Amino acid sequence: MKLARVIGTVVSTKKVDSIKNLKILMIQPLDELLKPTGQPIAAIDPIQAGYGEIVYYTLSRESALALPDPNSPVDAAITGIVDMVNVENTPIVNKDEIFETYPDMEAHK
Amino acid sequence: MKLARVIGNVVATEKHPCFKGHKIMIVQPIDETGKDIQQSFLSCDTVSAGPGDVVLVQQEGNTARQLLGTKQDPFHSVIVGIVDKVCIEK
Repeated sequence: MKLARVIGTVVSTKKVDSIKNLKILMIQPLDELLKPTGQPIAAIDPIQAGYGEIVYYTLSRESALALPDPNSPVDAAITGIVDMVNVENTPIVNKDEIFETYPDMEAHK
Repeated sequence: MKLARVIGNVVATEKHPCFKGHKIMIVQPIDETGKDIQQSFLSCDTVSAGPGDVVLVQQEGNTARQLLGTKQDPFHSVIVGIVDKVCIEK
């Protein structure tokens, strides 16, 4: 699951029956600061997102489960329209306590 | 499974019905020493993790469905545990 921005639409007349009546949108994957990362992809939109909106989408097999027919040949589907992204970016709490190294691990072998 | 730290959360009103009642967190994968690696992604939270926590993230749909007890939900990644300690050889 990742964040993305809707950057356009794809129109296809002749397609597999199971994805008829569903919108196809071009989306640009984003990082947590909403900066574009990677290449745009085409994703099926069962929740009626629009141009310019920030959405989150699911990849791989699970994306088909978001559609009316869970056996659709789809590998990316939009699953939510984002209202708010909170990035606190707090450093790891108790980092020294959690990450411990054993310099003398050899001795225990 | 991946080690990651929680850096924030995402709020959505208009979403697939099965996402209702689930917390969606932004997680940043980290290596065995706690340094950031790769791109951040979104994950469904099942253990009430918060920002700053080190967590175990499973990126596999079947695990997610078994954990959440559903058969047809489009979850691909879930937070399955909060990490207390990571011990590695120096």
